[in-house]
Amino acid sequence: MQYLIIGAGPAGVNAAEALRRLDPDASVRIVGDEPEPPYSRMAIPYLLMERVDEHGTHLREQADHFADRGIIVTQGRVASIDPAAHQVTLHDGSRLGYDRLLIATGSSPASPPIPGIDGPNVSSCWTLADARAIAARAVSGSKVALIGAGFIGSIILEALAMRGVQLSVIEQGERMVPRMMGPQAGGLLQRWCESHGVAVHTGVSVEAIEAKGVRLAGGRFVEADLVITATGVRPNLGLLEGSGVKVEQGVLIDRHFRTNVADIYAAGDVAQGLDFCTGSYAVHAIQPTATDHGYLAAVNMSGRVAEYEGSVNMNVLDTLGLLSCSFGRWEGVDGGEHAELYSPDDYRYLSLQFEGDRLIGANAVGLFQHVGVLRGLIQRRTALGEWKDRLMRDPTRLMEAYMATTQVI
Amino acid sequence: MAWTRKILRVDLTNGTCTAEALNMAWANEYLGQRGLATKYLSEEIDPKCDPLGPDNKLIMATGPLTGTMASTGGRYSVITKSPLTGLVACSNSGGFIGAEMKNAGWDMIIFEGKSPEPVYLYVENDGAELRSAADIWGKTVWQADEILHKKHQDPQLRIACVGRSAEAGCLYAAVVNDLHRAAGRSGVGTVMASKNLKAVAVRGTLGVGNIADPKGFMDAVNAGKQVLADNAVTGQGLATYGTQVLMNVINGMAAMPTFNMKEVQFAGAEKISGEAMHEPRPSDGKPNLTTNAGCFGCTIACGRISTVDRGHFSVQNKPEYWGNSGGLEYEAAWALGSDTGIDDLDALTYVNFLCNEDGMDPISFGSTVAAAMELFQAGAITQEHTGGIDLAFGGAAALVKLAELTAKGEGFGRDIGLGSKRLCEKYGMPDLSMTVKGQEFPAYDPRAIQGMGLAYATSNRGACHLRGYTVASEVLGIPVKTDPLVTEGKAGLVKAFQDATAAVDSAGLCVFTTFAWSMENIAPQVDAACEGDWSVDRMLEVGERIWNLERDFNMRAGMTADQDTLPKRLLKEAANVGPAKGRVNDLDKMLPEYYALRGWSADGQITPETRARFGI
Amino acid sequence: MQRALHIDPGKCTGCLQCEMACSYENEGLFNPAKSRIKVFTFHHEGRFAPYTCTQCADAWCQKACPVDAIQIDRNTGAKVIVEARCVGCKVCTIACPFGTVNYNTASGKVIKCDLCGGDPACAKACPTAAITYIDADWTGLDKMRAYAEQSLAGTA
Ligand SMILES: Cc1cc2nc3c(=O)[nH]c(=O)nc-3n(C[C@H](O)[C@H](O)[C@H](O)COP(=O)(O)OP(=O)(O)OC[C@H]3O[C@@H](n4cnc5c(N)ncnc54)[C@H](O)[C@@H]3O)c2cc1C
Ligand code: SF4
Repeated sequence: MQYLIIGAGPAGVNAAEALRRLDPDASVRIVGDEPEPPYSRMAIPYLLMERVDEHGTHLREQADHFADRGIIVTQGRVASIDPAAHQVTLHDGSRLGYDRLLIATGSSPASPPIPGIDGPNVSSCWTLADARAIAARAVSGSKVALIGAGFIGSIILEALAMRGVQLSVIEQGERMVPRMMGPQAGGLLQRWCESHGVAVHTGVSVEAIEAKGVRLAGGRFVEADLVITATGVRPNLGLLEGSGVKVEQGVLIDRHFRTNVADIYAAGDVAQGLDFCTGSYAVHAIQPTATDHGYLAAVNMSGRVAEYEGSVNMNVLDTLGLLSCSFGRWEGVDGGEHAELYSPDDYRYLSLQFEGDRLIGANAVGLFQHVGVLRGLIQRRTALGEWKDRLMRDPTRLMEAYMATTQVI
Repeated sequence: MAWTRKILRVDLTNGTCTAEALNMAWANEYLGQRGLATKYLSEEIDPKCDPLGPDNKLIMATGPLTGTMASTGGRYSVITKSPLTGLVACSNSGGFIGAEMKNAGWDMIIFEGKSPEPVYLYVENDGAELRSAADIWGKTVWQADEILHKKHQDPQLRIACVGRSAEAGCLYAAVVNDLHRAAGRSGVGTVMASKNLKAVAVRGTLGVGNIADPKGFMDAVNAGKQVLADNAVTGQGLATYGTQVLMNVINGMAAMPTFNMKEVQFAGAEKISGEAMHEPRPSDGKPNLTTNAGCFGCTIACGRISTVDRGHFSVQNKPEYWGNSGGLEYEAAWALGSDTGIDDLDALTYVNFLCNEDGMDPISFGSTVAAAMELFQAGAITQEHTGGIDLAFGGAAALVKLAELTAKGEGFGRDIGLGSKRLCEKYGMPDLSMTVKGQEFPAYDPRAIQGMGLAYATSNRGACHLRGYTVASEVLGIPVKTDPLVTEGKAGLVKAFQDATAAVDSAGLCVFTTFAWSMENIAPQVDAACEGDWSVDRMLEVGERIWNLERDFNMRAGMTADQDTLPKRLLKEAANVGPAKGRVNDLDKMLPEYYALRGWSADGQITPETRARFGI
Repeated sequence: MQRALHIDPGKCTGCLQCEMACSYENEGLFNPAKSRIKVFTFHHEGRFAPYTCTQCADAWCQKACPVDAIQIDRNTGAKVIVEARCVGCKVCTIACPFGTVNYNTASGKVIKCDLCGGDPACAKACPTAAITYIDADWTGLDKMRAYAEQSLAGTA
């Protein structure tokens, strides 16, 4: 059996390792196009903060980790797939065969059509190569403008601020992290950033990027030596052209990670998979989903049947020391109920969304103990019973509710 | 070290919080908590000041072992001038807030002045600020606790709070922490409320370190834990029955004050005893006691967690009282039950809940109700005064009603909130007040346990069992058995217990450890934790110094030595049954020797030599 | 034979000796806020329940970690945070559906139970044997894990 995995990110690597365990005799190969050993994009902010060096971003600590396990890691860029021949073609023209193929090509930053976005003073923050370029230019005292204060933008925000740059953030939405948190929580983040010396412009779009900075709609000008964009991602689908693999926002997969084409699977940022909370198919573009995908896709590829229940969309964010998180259907559903605490003086916010007596989503600012039980309660679909009423009255009693309904106490 | 060496000073008048260094010279002389805070109080306030005026200060203090792994090392005390006694007040509490204060980096918090508006103090590590208490003033401790936890969205926040009784001026209001632990006695809660300070909410995540000899400390701590585990009282008795283990013991020896201390044995004692709390009740098959509970770091775990029978008249239609909360301790069961002649366990448990919920000292409350019942019996109080409540001894409904009224400061509850002394004076029969220096008695009749008479008479905070618990020796044989009916040797016994207790309190430990621990077990823990040499002798010397300082404060506050006495009843009316039948307390046989042992003059004054010896 | 922490909440008195022992072992301070084991109080019910990581066989935290900072202690089977690698991204804290990986603001890294290398301080400190370290067979751990993992992963 030959397993071929395209993409050496978290989804690909987790899949390869699982395949090796599940099918010890098979050939397992990853083809990735980046020059470095498999690394994690998520670690880039910490590289910029100088908490780790490049080795610290590697997905696996030991250099011989993959070789030791008989996993072949090849550098190369897959240009196209030929399902009929069960082969892929690399950019250099070479071909690799497969019995089962996993597409784990991740996503790339989407650049909006802003004049000047291709200028030399503009960079995204996506790859180690980007990180090196940013590190060279975003030095203490320099002026940096960050376009986009979504989830990833906000993570980059922290890294930049910690480098001691003069930072301005521009977000088109009405608030920071508009797709992760509601107005009150987003407002807390903004006020916190501002009180920590970061200029935050929300509800305003960028008209143009110029040599000396960013021109905002309405005429305001934000000076910047360096402009960093974090304006969303789009899945890397180019290699699928002509393959017959069906795509929407990403590669459409079923509950067994299969695409519509036999023996081709997909996982991670590139995949449009089942969302646990909504029951529909969506691209999450987050690390936990990518690793869950990678692991469970491998189980299915190995011939076992594992029906996927879907991933919970979730994020945790540290914005200059202010922690926030979001889970599942944080915005609630029709007919659901909602418990909320808002303590602006203390930068704390907690919101729980219920459907019946089950938790379906949550947002929190300032919560950093036992946060994972929010996922646990959502993903178990735990019937909370009377604890639902107690949580409605006092949502801080989350941990007790969790334990009382899931543990032997 | 073990001290954090930092004090938080809160000026309520001006709304400021400032950090200052702990006076280490004083710490070396007074160790911490009770002793050290008394030193601060006695240096900083005029002992003659109005206890409920802005010139009084209120100190929340931890000891060097508070917040460490030393068993029971979670204690803190509230030190101030008492409105009940006019003397120094030091009320000790377990629970968790003491350790939390220490974890936040503070040895003590000193409150001074008076806030113009109701406020609470919020402490998160180094950060401390006063915040408006507009939304919790007028609320019970339990309500305020929930509101504050929600407001700060922090389930780990530890809260000490006063209830409505304190706001209404009840003179024995407590400071309740962690819902059902309390710095209970002497009206420390009344002082807190008089300063418009409703609550103190603390979150500490810094940790307690500064251990001088970490390895030695852990060895001493582990050895100490083993001694507690191996001892029958601290290893088993207190966990199973709590302090309520004493109810049947003390009643059996006819040393159980009953009917406002007229009698010494209570027919209904068994029904309200620790054993009874284990009996399944007919209604739901559950016992009163759900479990035992430990305070911070405590390996004894004497705490009671109880429920009231849902069908009981006191809580019918009040589902908010159907859950578990702090159950009856011996002193509460005695004061609310035996002293009033009430043998209804559920009523007592409910009233105990109310005492926690609205911050009333159940000993003083129960004793005051007992006094009121005797005044009622004597015709000095009538149903006109009580608003129609029949105050006959044994009336559970009356007790429940009075608890509800006193908690809110309404109706006849205002009179009950005066305490026994002022109540009996008000109704013209001061001799019916069973108090020393204005504070109500606890649960050991000094006619049947002679040494306790001396301990009560000389206690620096008025009648109290926690200042010199000679019951340990006279009843339980710890460390050696002495005859409870004999007066010889009791002066020395009382002094030894008083000094040792002052040292134990000041270390931040619980005095219940001394059922098993002697100073030989305690000193090594302090010695390893703190810099300097803390031998047994030094600990006892510190204890004695503290005792003299408290006495000195009281004398300066206007106390006279003739207040070192007991109510007439205990000196003149003989016990009616039991081994002590025919006996009164022979205080006069013990007091002169006690003064002499203390190095005080025959008229109870601290002599210049003694002052010099302790640097007072 | 692998051993595991066995917790019997019925015996717990809520004294927090375990939290102090844990924080002392790991941080050199008595600091319940930094303990890897936490005791939860059910005030209304009158129960106390110590709670910590059960060292899942297929650990969610470990899979989610982007930088291989959660590794397996070969002796104990514990999933251990490799401090030097942890970047403090906190993904494991939301990935662990049991909520037993916590962020430590002081160090900027996460903390979780590591079974103290095979001699857990909490079990030693517990005065009532509410926490014991015993053969995994006896703890029902496998059943608990199986339940947990199956209900979460949805793998058949
Ligand atoms: C700065 C930053 C911070 C982030 N922080 C977080 C966070 O805190 N939490 C979180 O949950 N997520 C975070 N993410 C998102 C997270 O990194 C991604 O969800 C995750 O990396 C997805 O993994 P993947 O394996 O699907 O894709 P990727 O990690 O993108 O890996 C895909 C790999 O495939 C390669 N590839 C693409 N096309 C081809 C081809 N044709 N041939 C060969 N190779 C190809 C790519 O170059 C890449 O190396 C962050 C992302 C960034 C950029
Ligand atoms: S916080 Fe540390 S251990 Fe947890 S996922 Fe991130 S890097 Fe790994």
